[in-house]
Amino acid sequence: MRIEYFQLIDRIVDLNLADKTIRTEARVPDASTIFEGHFPGLPLMPGVLLIEAMAQTSGWLIIGATRFTRMPFFAALKQAKLRSFVTPGQSLSLTAQLLHEGSGFAMTKADIRCDGKLACNAEITFRLVEFPNPEFRANMDKMATLLEFPREALAHG
Amino acid sequence: MPSTFDTVANIISETCDIPRDTIKPESHAINDLGIDSLDFLDIAFAIDKAFGIKMPLEQWTQEVNDGKATTEQYFQLNNLCARIDELVAAKGA
Repeated sequence: MRIEYFQLIDRIVDLNLADKTIRTEARVPDASTIFEGHFPGLPLMPGVLLIEAMAQTSGWLIIGATRFTRMPFFAALKQAKLRSFVTPGQSLSLTAQLLHEGSGFAMTKADIRCDGKLACNAEITFRLVEFPNPEFRANMDKMATLLEFPREALAHG
Repeated sequence: MPSTFDTVANIISETCDIPRDTIKPESHAINDLGIDSLDFLDIAFAIDKAFGIKMPLEQWTQEVNDGKATTEQYFQLNNLCARIDELVAAKGA
């Protein structure tokens, strides 16, 4: 997790387009300037960043489901529940399921578990648009490689 | 079995908290009911699920932006319901 760069997942562990699910992993860094303010004496991973991590996990699922033809942008959040504190150094297991792929939008439900325990969950709506330019598309391709996006999964589902 | 309009009107009423009796077949979702594009995604989700279709919102929006169609053709409820009926019929064909 490169928290300051808003890269909130480390790798894509599984992508199943038949089941419309994805699983990713991330490790909260031991130190970050964010923890100096949130909070002094009690460093906690901000809930908004946990939500963003769920959105990024969902986003890669949607990119896979649309075969890299659409870019998902976070549009709405429902039923978000931050159930327990997440602290520096913890390993996160994130999952998302595609609830609906509409025309120009998609909805997912996602969750994060720490040590097998549900830490947070939410339903997320995305607007889907064509990649705005080739440079943007190339950068997402580069990021997919960095996250070990399983391109072989695109042949299934 | 409820009509397409009744189903759509109920979805709009529940999704956007609009009194059901104010939603008429001639109501325009955007201009009369004040539904914005984000709220319309929730409505589209519910309509897609209720009718087992995928409303081609991207195509409709493109046609409106290109001046090839008016918003009334797709977002006035009687017209929207006609489009839904066409999609349902095409699915069964």
